[in-house]
Amino acid sequence: MKLPRWFHLLGSPPHVYRLAERLSPWLGGLGCALLAVGTVWGLGIAPTDYQQGESYRIIYIHPQTAYVGMMAYVVMAVAAAVGYVWRVKLAHAAAVSAAPIGAWFTFCALCTGALWGRPTWGTYWQWGDPRIMFEALLLFLFLGYLALRGAFDDRDKADRVTAILAVVGVVNIPIIHYSVEWWNSLHQTSTILREGGPAMTTDMLIPFLIMVAGFTLTFYWLLLRRLQAEILEREGSARWIRELVAEGAR
Amino acid sequence: MSAFNVVFVRDLRVAFRRWSELGYPLIFFIIVATMFPLALSPTTSQLREVGTGVLWVAAFLSSLLAVDGLFRSDADDGSLEQLLLSPVPMTLTVLAKLAAHALVTLLPLVVLVPVTALSYNMPLSALPTLALALLLAAPTLSVLVGVGAALTLSLRRGGSIVGLLVLPLTGPLLIFGTRATDLGLNGESTAAPLLLLAALAVLAVSLGPLAIAAAVKVGLE
Repeated sequence: MKLPRWFHLLGSPPHVYRLAERLSPWLGGLGCALLAVGTVWGLGIAPTDYQQGESYRIIYIHPQTAYVGMMAYVVMAVAAAVGYVWRVKLAHAAAVSAAPIGAWFTFCALCTGALWGRPTWGTYWQWGDPRIMFEALLLFLFLGYLALRGAFDDRDKADRVTAILAVVGVVNIPIIHYSVEWWNSLHQTSTILREGGPAMTTDMLIPFLIMVAGFTLTFYWLLLRRLQAEILEREGSARWIRELVAEGAR
Repeated sequence: MSAFNVVFVRDLRVAFRRWSELGYPLIFFIIVATMFPLALSPTTSQLREVGTGVLWVAAFLSSLLAVDGLFRSDADDGSLEQLLLSPVPMTLTVLAKLAAHALVTLLPLVVLVPVTALSYNMPLSALPTLALALLLAAPTLSVLVGVGAALTLSLRRGGSIVGLLVLPLTGPLLIFGTRATDLGLNGESTAAPLLLLAALAVLAVSLGPLAIAAAVKVGLE
């Protein structure tokens, strides 16, 4: 099978750097615009929930951060696996770039969940809740990945060892998810993805989906920016970078 | 004798020649199990309530102490490299080493934990379930410890980081293990959590050695 040229180019640092440079304004601009629209719509315009009152509006922030955290882990693991199997350095760079973003969003999911838990459950932190436990374990997986990465001096070795950890982690994520799910449940059952369609009314659902799209685009924007920084760090002395700097100085 | 048996028997022999090292994790377990009653109020009813969780967590923690015996000493004296160079697939070697390691580090815990549970005022009738749950959790735990050992193989001080890598992954084991123990305590059916533990063991033993062998190869470069 012959792969198209653009696919091969994805392994070339200068090409990907420039591609990221071109895509970034679009992803970032569109992502931030969607976040702005979704925030105003969700927090200001969408109707008040008859059961939870105003506090339900966390649904425009919290599920999105949790979802981005999980997506970041999957992106990281897939990139790491590609890097490990085909020895693509750029894929390793992408995996490294995704990890801190994922850790941060998972942390944000825990924080926003705690803030919502206080008025609704009467407590910031409920040890018995499966999703809190899942998010906490996911955060630990990210931290373990970052710690292992930081322990190596040799970047090449760090890339491949952490890639194995990322793949082991991603195999374990569904197991952890279902085991905490069966363990105990106090949490809201899933509102959007359930049989019989979403339980939200349309005027609540639209800003929700806008926020999902906004967070997703923002994640990929951040990922590309971090990837660029990672490429510069890895290829610091390459000629194309010196040319790039000279171009910028002019 | 097959390659599996050779590695298995050799590892057992090496382990028994350094038998004092085998004792440390067990003593650690007993100390942790002693610390909890000191920290909590010494009423027996409360001890029984927290006992299940305390014993499981203490057992997991103590299994982490034995992590260096798995690959580290073999990597230091070069024998692991020889095993890697041999035509035997590394996954098989890893499986044999894991089996030997589990036999000398985890099997004593399977005996020791129920005995300690007695001191936590657990009824005698709950002990077979506890031992069985530990026995079913042991293969998975051994694979997870093996993953941690292999990933940190080339680090000078891997010990402190292994817990960070391994413990979050032991969550499901802890959930099903303690659930089985609690159900056994109340005299209810323990089939579901025990079967889940067995399923995890099958999964871990079939996939784990692949990841561990890959990590050992990278670590030895």
